[in-house]
Amino acid sequence: MASEAKEFKWVGKRTIRPDGIGKVTGRDRFGADFALPGMLVGKVVRSPHAHARIKSINVDKALALPGVKAVVTAADFPVLPSEAQFVGEGPVNMWDLSRNCLARDKVLYDGHAVAAVAAVSSDLADQAVALIEVSYEVLPHVIDVDEAMRPDAPILHEDMFTDGVNPKPTKPSNVAKRVEFIKGKVEDGFEKADVIVERSFTTKPVHQGYIEPHACVVNCGEDGQATVWSSSQGQFMVRAYCAKILGWDISEIRVTPSEIGGGFGGKTLVYLEPVALALSKKSGRPVKMVMTRAEVFRGSGPTSGASMTIKIGATKDGRITAGQALLKYQAGAFGGSPIGPGCMCSFAPYDLENVEVIGYDVVVNRPRVAAYRAPGAPIAHFGVESVVDEIAKKLNIDPIEIRERNAAREGTQTHFGPRFPIIGFVETLKAAKRHPHWKAPLGENQGRGFATGFWFNIGGESSATVNINEDGTAVVATGNPDIGGSRASMAIMAAEVLGIDVDRVRPIVADTSSVGYCFLTGGSRVTFATGMAVVEAGRKTVKELCNRAAKIWEVEPDQVVWEDGFARPASSNVGDFEPLSLAAIAAKSARTGGPIGASTSLNAQGAGAGFAAHICDLEVDKETGKVTVLRYTAVQDVGRAIHPGYVEGQIQGGAAQGIGWALNEEYIYDDKGRLQNPGFLDYRVPVASDLPMIDTVIVEVPNPRHPYGVRGVGEVPICPPMAAVANAIENATGCRMTALPMSPPVLLAAIDGEG
Amino acid sequence: MTKYHVNTSINGEPTEFLCEPQETLLDVLRDTLGLTGSKEGCASGDCGACSVIIDGRLVCSCLVLGVEAEGHEIGTIEGLAQGAHLHPLQQKFLEEAALQCGICTPGFLVAAKALLDANPNPTETETRYWLAGNLCRCTGYDKIIRAVMDVAAEMRGA
Amino acid sequence: MNALQYEAPNTVKKAVALLAKANGKAKVLAGGTDLLVQLRAKMVSPDLIVDVKKIPQLRKITVGRDGRIRVGAAVSGAELGEHARVSEAYPGVVEAVELIGSTQIQGRATAIGNLCNASPAADSVPALIAAGAVCTVVGPNGERQVPAEKIGVSPGRTSLAPGEFVVDFVLPARKPRSADAYLRMIPRTEMDIAIVGAGVNLSLDGDGVITEARVALGAVAPTVLLVEEAGRALVGGKLDDAALQRLDAAARAACRPIDDKRGTITYRTKVAGVLARRAAAIAYERARSKR
Repeated sequence: MASEAKEFKWVGKRTIRPDGIGKVTGRDRFGADFALPGMLVGKVVRSPHAHARIKSINVDKALALPGVKAVVTAADFPVLPSEAQFVGEGPVNMWDLSRNCLARDKVLYDGHAVAAVAAVSSDLADQAVALIEVSYEVLPHVIDVDEAMRPDAPILHEDMFTDGVNPKPTKPSNVAKRVEFIKGKVEDGFEKADVIVERSFTTKPVHQGYIEPHACVVNCGEDGQATVWSSSQGQFMVRAYCAKILGWDISEIRVTPSEIGGGFGGKTLVYLEPVALALSKKSGRPVKMVMTRAEVFRGSGPTSGASMTIKIGATKDGRITAGQALLKYQAGAFGGSPIGPGCMCSFAPYDLENVEVIGYDVVVNRPRVAAYRAPGAPIAHFGVESVVDEIAKKLNIDPIEIRERNAAREGTQTHFGPRFPIIGFVETLKAAKRHPHWKAPLGENQGRGFATGFWFNIGGESSATVNINEDGTAVVATGNPDIGGSRASMAIMAAEVLGIDVDRVRPIVADTSSVGYCFLTGGSRVTFATGMAVVEAGRKTVKELCNRAAKIWEVEPDQVVWEDGFARPASSNVGDFEPLSLAAIAAKSARTGGPIGASTSLNAQGAGAGFAAHICDLEVDKETGKVTVLRYTAVQDVGRAIHPGYVEGQIQGGAAQGIGWALNEEYIYDDKGRLQNPGFLDYRVPVASDLPMIDTVIVEVPNPRHPYGVRGVGEVPICPPMAAVANAIENATGCRMTALPMSPPVLLAAIDGEG
Repeated sequence: MTKYHVNTSINGEPTEFLCEPQETLLDVLRDTLGLTGSKEGCASGDCGACSVIIDGRLVCSCLVLGVEAEGHEIGTIEGLAQGAHLHPLQQKFLEEAALQCGICTPGFLVAAKALLDANPNPTETETRYWLAGNLCRCTGYDKIIRAVMDVAAEMRGA
Repeated sequence: MNALQYEAPNTVKKAVALLAKANGKAKVLAGGTDLLVQLRAKMVSPDLIVDVKKIPQLRKITVGRDGRIRVGAAVSGAELGEHARVSEAYPGVVEAVELIGSTQIQGRATAIGNLCNASPAADSVPALIAAGAVCTVVGPNGERQVPAEKIGVSPGRTSLAPGEFVVDFVLPARKPRSADAYLRMIPRTEMDIAIVGAGVNLSLDGDGVITEARVALGAVAPTVLLVEEAGRALVGGKLDDAALQRLDAAARAACRPIDDKRGTITYRTKVAGVLARRAAAIAYERARSKR
C-alpha cells in the first residue's frame, strides 16, 4: 500500500501553507477573536482552597446585580454515572469531567471552578464573581505523590478503591489504579548482570504552556440547537463532551473549531464550553468565555509530577539483562494520569528479555491532568535514559553504542504486548552517531548528553471529503483542528493523488455538521490517519473522474487511467483521445452525472511508531548553577516527511518544551496548596535567548501501512530532552541530577555537595 | 463609568474611539475597533503576543491604557502588509515555516519589524535577545530567528 | 465602586494639585508596566490615575555644566539606553535599567517607576544606589532631595508622603577613572525577576587603586541594600584576589534573604558574593580603561 520512494510531485516539498496569509496578517480568528451580537461575558468563580467541602453557595447577591443575566453551579448539570467513555483521546470518566468543570460537594484544587456568571460586560461579570458567596470547610490537602500514597494521607474520594489490585482494597485511598507490564523475570536478569544501577527520580507538574488561553463563544437558540465556536483540539470531542455533561443529544450541538493557538494535548478536554452553554441556555443569549492566563495555569490540566525508581542491569558487553521501573504519577483531582503510556514507553526503545514495570495512578489536590505531548512518556524516559547513561559510563561504552547493542528492531517483542513491525530506531541511532555534533570538541565546564525516546503514535477514526469545483479546483474538508500546519499536508497529499497543482487545492477544517466524524487532533495522528482518509477520498475521486472520462469518450471505465492530473486512454488500443484535464472533466460534470467528489470515513490502523535520538551540549556556571544550552541536535525517524519544514518545526518545538521541562518549568505550591506561579513570569518557559538553533535530522524509514509512509512526528521529540540535558550536566559536573527541574539553586546545591 | 474620547492614528489612519480609563489599548484594539490581530496571551507583559509599535517604539499593548493612545501613532499587525503586498517578514515567515499555530506570529512580526527598523544588521544573539519578550511554544524559535535574519540580509541587499 | 478617572497634566504644579485633591487615592502613571499589571490583578484600586508623561521636564535628560546628569522620571529605559552620555558615564545604571523585562517593557518602563514600585528585586535600584543617584521629590509641601537608597522602605512601600512623587533623579558628575556595573542572577537569560542583583560603582586613582566604592545588593533583603562594609572592603587597594574575597564575604554577610519561589536563602547568599565579585571586576575594568 505504501508508495515506492519515487520522485513525488508535492510530497516532500516545502509548500506555502494554505492558511498562511491569514496567520501572518492577523486576520485568522482564534478562540477569543469571535463575537456575536448581544453577547454576554462569562466568568468563573474558583476555589481558593486546595481541598475543601462546599457547605453552601449563595448566588443571590450576584443575581441581583443589574446586568447579570445568569449564574450556574454544578446543580445545573445532571448527575451522571461514574464510568469511562471512549470519546476523546483516551477513556474519560464523564462524571469526573463534569465535576471538574463545576465542582460538586467538594473542591479538589486551588482554582477548581465552583460557579459561573454571565453579565453584559467583563467588568460586571467580575463584580458578580466577587458577589458569589461560597462557604467552605477547609480540609487537609496533599500534593506530593508519595505523600498521597501514605496510609494516613488526606483522602480525596471516599469512593476510590484502587483498580488493578487483587484483592480489591476495602479502604478508600488516593490510588486510582495500579498497572503492571511484565516480560520474562527481572530477578533472573539481575542475577546475570555485571553492573546494576538503581536510581530514584522526581519530577514536578508542568503545563503545556500554549500561548492562547482557552476561549469559546456559544449560543443556545430557543429551539434547543446550540452552536459553539471554540479553540480545541477536536470539535467532535467538544460536541460529545458537552452533550454528555449537559445531558443533551449530540445532534443538538454544532461545534465550529476556531484556529487554535497551541494545544499540545491540553485542549483535548472541555473546561469552559459546557459552562458557557449552561449560561447561554439560562440567559437566552450568546455567551463568550475566555480564561485569563492565571486561570489557564490554575484551572486547566498540567501533566503529572512523578516519583519513580528505575533499576537496570547489564553485562560487561553492554547488553541490558533486566529493566525494572516503579512509576508513580500524579493524576490531579480525578483519576486518569498517563501512567499506562508512561509504563509502556519506558523500555520500548530496547530489545529486552526481562522487564517489569509497575505504575500507580494517584489523585492529589492539584488540577486534573490533561494530556501533554506523548503523555507519560517523557517522565519515564527521563528516568530510564538517565540510568542507561550511568550504565554506559560504568562500562566505559559510548552512549550511542550501548543503545545500538540493545536497540529494538523489526520483530522485537515489546514488554507491553505488540511486536514491532518495521521501525527506524537503528537508523536513527546511526544517523546520530554520524552527525558531526557527536564528535565536536567541548570546552571547559561543558558537557554532552545523549538520550532516546519513543512514542507509539495512533491512528483512529477520521473522515475526509474531496469536492471538485466547477473550475477544476478542489476542496478538501477534514475535521481536525490544525495545530501544526497539517492543512498544508492535507493539501499536499490531495494534490499528489489528484495530480494537480497544490495551489488549486483548498483544505478546510470543517465543523461537526459538515464533515464526517474525526477523532481529535492528538496522538500524532492527523497526517497519518486523516491524511489516509484524504488519500482514500482523493483516490475515490480519481476513480470517479476516470468514470466521467470514460463516459465522455464512450469507453469502459477500466480503459481509462489517471496520470499527472489527466485522464488518459489506458493504451493506444482504446482510441486516439486527447488527455482530459481534471478541469476539463469538471467543466462537463453536470452532463456526465453531476458534481464530482467523494467522502471517506475510516479507522486508520497501522500507525507507525516513532523513535528519536537527541544530543545536547551545555555549559554550567559552577558558581551559580546556571545552565546555558550551547548546541542541540534532534534526530528522528518520521517515516516520510510530507512537508519537511513543518516536520522540522514539530521536532524543534518538542525539543524546546523538553528543555524547559528539564531546566526551569515547574508548578510551585505553598503550604496551603495554592499555586504560587500562575503566570509566564514565574512559570519559566524557554525564551528565544535561552536556546540555540535546534538542528534536526529527518530519518525516513517509511511506514508500510500509510500510502506515503507517514509516521506521526509531533510527540516523540519531547521524550529525550530531559535525560539528554541531565546526562550533559553529569558530563559537565559529575553530578547526577535526579530531580526536575534542574534549576540553578538545585544544581548549585548539587555541585556544592549539599544536595 | 465615564468614557473618554480618544483621538489617535492607527496604521496611518486617523482613528477615534471611546473607552473607560481602565481599558487597555489591547482591549480597545480587539473589542472596540475589531482589530483582533493583536492577541492576549497573558495580560501582564510577559508573552509579547499583544505587541504594537507606538511612535516607533515596540511595546506591549496590554500595558498601555487606551486613553494613553491620545495623540500618538500606533502600528499594529494589520498595518504590516500594504494592501495585498506582504511585508518581507510576513513572506519569509511563510516561506521558511516560521510559524505553526500562529498565535504568537503577529507579535513576532511586529517585534521583528521594530528590530530591523532599529538595527538592520542584527546578529543571531542580538535577534534572540530583542525577541526574548515574545514567547513561542510551538517552534522552539529556530525558524523564526532564521527568517528574521534572512529578511535582514535581504533588505540590506546582501 | 467609584468610576476611575484619568488625567494627564502638563505641568508638575498641576500634577501636585491633582494628587493632593485625590487624598491618597491616586496613582502616578509613567511607564505603566507595573501599575497596569496591579490594576488588572486588583492589587490597587485608585480613584484617579495621573499620567505624568505630558510634563515636558519629566521626559528630558539633561547634562549640567557641572557634569551632573538629570534624568526625568518619565524617560523610558529604551530612551535612557540611547543616550550616549549617560551610557558612557554610568554604563552600570543603563545596563541595569535595560535588564528590566523585555524590549517591549523597555519601550515604556522607567527607572523611577522601577524604584518607586519598591520591589526588593528591582533591577535598576542596586545600580542607582551604587551610582549615588538622588531623587527630586515634589509634593504639596514643596521639593526635597532623597537618595535612591532612602526611597524603598519595605516591599511595595516607599518613603514618599501622600501626594508626593518623584520628578527626576540626578547622577553625580563623573570623576575620572570611574565606572559602574550591574549583574543579576536569573534562571533564564531574560524575562525573569532577579534572584540576586549586584551593583558596584568604583572610582580609581592613576595607579588603579580604588578610592571610592559603593556596592548595593538586590533581592537579598526587604529593600535593596547599600552595603557599606562591602564598599569599604575595596577602598585603598587594587581589585586583587584578597579584595575580592573580602568583598564576597561582606556581601554575603549583609544578606537577609528569604526562601521563596525564586530562590533559597542559601542560594541567594552564595550568589550575592559571586555577583558582587563579578560586577566589581567589570566596573574595575571599565574604570581602568577610562582616562
